[in-house]
Amino acid sequence: MPFTYLDHAATTPVRPSAVEAMLPFFSERFANPSGAHRFARDARRAIDEARDQVADVLGVRPGEVVFTGCGSESDNMVIAGVPGVPVCPAVEHHAVLHPVERRGGRVVGVDATGHVDLGALAAALDGDVGLVSVMAVNNEVGTVTDLAAVSAMVRERAPGAVLHTDAVQAACWLDLRRIAPLVDAMSLSAHKFGGPKGVGVLTVRDGVRVEPLISGGGQERERRSGTHNVAGIVALAVALVETDAERDRENVRLAVLRDRLVDGLRSRIDGVIETVPRDRKVAGAAHVCLDGIESEALLFLLDEAEVCASAASACASGAMEPSHVLAAMGVDRRTAAGALRMSLGHTTSEADVDRAVDVVADAVTRLRARPRSLS
Amino acid sequence: MKVLLAMSGGVDSSVAGALLRERGHEVVGVTMKLWGGDSDTGCCSVSDVDDARRVAQQLEIDHVVFNFGDDFDRHVVDAYVSDHARGVTPNPCIECNRHLKFDRLLARADQLGFDAVATGHYARIGRRGGRYTLERGVDADKDQSYVVHMLDQAVLARTLFPVGELAKADVRRLAARYGLRTASKPDSQDVCFITSTGGREAFLGDRIPVRPGRVVDRAGAELGRVPAVELVTVGQRRNIGLPGGGPKRYVVDVDVAAATVTVGDESELLIGATRVERLTWVDEPESGEVLVQCSAHGASSRAVVEPTARDELSVGWLRPRRRIAPGQSVVFYDLADRRVLGGGVAVT
Repeated sequence: MPFTYLDHAATTPVRPSAVEAMLPFFSERFANPSGAHRFARDARRAIDEARDQVADVLGVRPGEVVFTGCGSESDNMVIAGVPGVPVCPAVEHHAVLHPVERRGGRVVGVDATGHVDLGALAAALDGDVGLVSVMAVNNEVGTVTDLAAVSAMVRERAPGAVLHTDAVQAACWLDLRRIAPLVDAMSLSAHKFGGPKGVGVLTVRDGVRVEPLISGGGQERERRSGTHNVAGIVALAVALVETDAERDRENVRLAVLRDRLVDGLRSRIDGVIETVPRDRKVAGAAHVCLDGIESEALLFLLDEAEVCASAASACASGAMEPSHVLAAMGVDRRTAAGALRMSLGHTTSEADVDRAVDVVADAVTRLRARPRSLS
Repeated sequence: MKVLLAMSGGVDSSVAGALLRERGHEVVGVTMKLWGGDSDTGCCSVSDVDDARRVAQQLEIDHVVFNFGDDFDRHVVDAYVSDHARGVTPNPCIECNRHLKFDRLLARADQLGFDAVATGHYARIGRRGGRYTLERGVDADKDQSYVVHMLDQAVLARTLFPVGELAKADVRRLAARYGLRTASKPDSQDVCFITSTGGREAFLGDRIPVRPGRVVDRAGAELGRVPAVELVTVGQRRNIGLPGGGPKRYVVDVDVAAATVTVGDESELLIGATRVERLTWVDEPESGEVLVQCSAHGASSRAVVEPTARDELSVGWLRPRRRIAPGQSVVFYDLADRRVLGGGVAVT
């Protein structure tokens, strides 16, 4: 049976080019780039070149690229590292939401598509605000933020504030060169675009001061200490360059497949609610709410049929929690309970989509035929 | 058979999984996420879920987590709080079995194509004349037939209790022999959503206004005070604010509305009959002489059961006994004290 992977928003299959690029750094090119010998210089050069490649794709200066351990670290670093009150929308990833809440920040509402409510954002901005963090693309429902509008508003109402965007879900879909000039800081995570887990980026515009989260050996110009993950950094750059080169083509290809997936489901079963209109979200996002369905039961049947998808985020125990994103969008709890997030990416084929339509439609039909409680 | 095994992360459900595997069943383990608040142990702490998952890995079965928190809050926690608020002593473990394990989980198992649900309870399911029977577990000390008494024919047909045939010591021995990481894990105690630090007082105090109460004798003379009248149970003898050394006194009445606890000597507690409602039957409704058990590990006593109304009956005790606290489950066994006939909840 073919294995159908529609969970690219959770993580993407690692690109073969990225795997290949990493391998030498697990063997002969093992050195610590901070050392004072030829092997160290060799590793250092690999990081410098990776930084140049990343800077080129992002349209920033190489010195503005800080390599971190993951997207969550990048988010936490900028939120913890900038003084003043932080502000973010309610639909942010928990890696932004929780640190903002911990610092006593302001959380603002969103509209029914999951886009930050610009009126509410305006009302939350004043001279006390030190940082505004607005995600470029939502990880659950795929909504694209109008960062130009957000940026204009922040510059006008809180001109001293640092504007950060969590662009972890954006790399495959949006031209990051158009985002970078709008913000002061941007988070990326390699494994969301075909790189390995355990490596991320935080861009920090020259002149913006972000206190380090991790101090020590002073790597990354004192901004992020810790011995470099050389293999990961090199692979991140390779994957990002490849993603950037394919992006336009993939946006067209995957939008067609996404439409085929959602339209296919709608033709097979009733009660398929498309959570966000297609023109407001990225091409890989196929988030639906299935009337009368419980996500946990549906995901079990999909897993059994070797279709990988997800619902909302899982808590520490692995149990599904009601989605804070859907709640913020005003989706009622019963509808949200039937959430299904299918996310497409670089390995998704037409056969994957057709198979997913069959499996999801069959599973939904079966679940609807049986009661959720005996009494 | 394709079996959905409820795994709490304890030794009993771990061994149940090993036995089911040995018997050739296709098994998937599930841990129910029930309680979202503080907990010492029980079924839903992250470390218990970790134990369940690691045991499943050892058994080479899939493991999933189902979040039934909303149902647990409604059927178990809210009911627990409202019962206490009206002076009734609830049994949350029984309500959890009734509404979660053998309703919500069983329905989920049906939806997902499982033939049966298995748990680590110490009880036995047998066959008798084409009907299912529910019997005490082999290990008399560990027998849990009382807490699963509400199962009927339809549920029993789809339920397995693999450790019901074993003594607890044998379960631990088997766990050690299979090398299960839970082999020496202590048994869970008490109600999973009540912490040992805060206790019932703190839990209820966060949810309802608990009130101090007067402790009086039959004549109305005040003898002492209790901090929370909602937590006092009929028949209780300790922690009722009376000085030691006097005659043995028992709680004979709790009036939550008047915040008054009445105490008296044992003879005042004795009754000849108990009214029971919310009846369930393993098979057909029964009447006549039976054995009756009124607490999880209490002894059973002889009584005559007589229907008095729809979904209500009277238990006439052959010998007078102490009053049963309202809210407690009353479970009927056959005269051999082996087979569960049915049960209900004590009213007065």
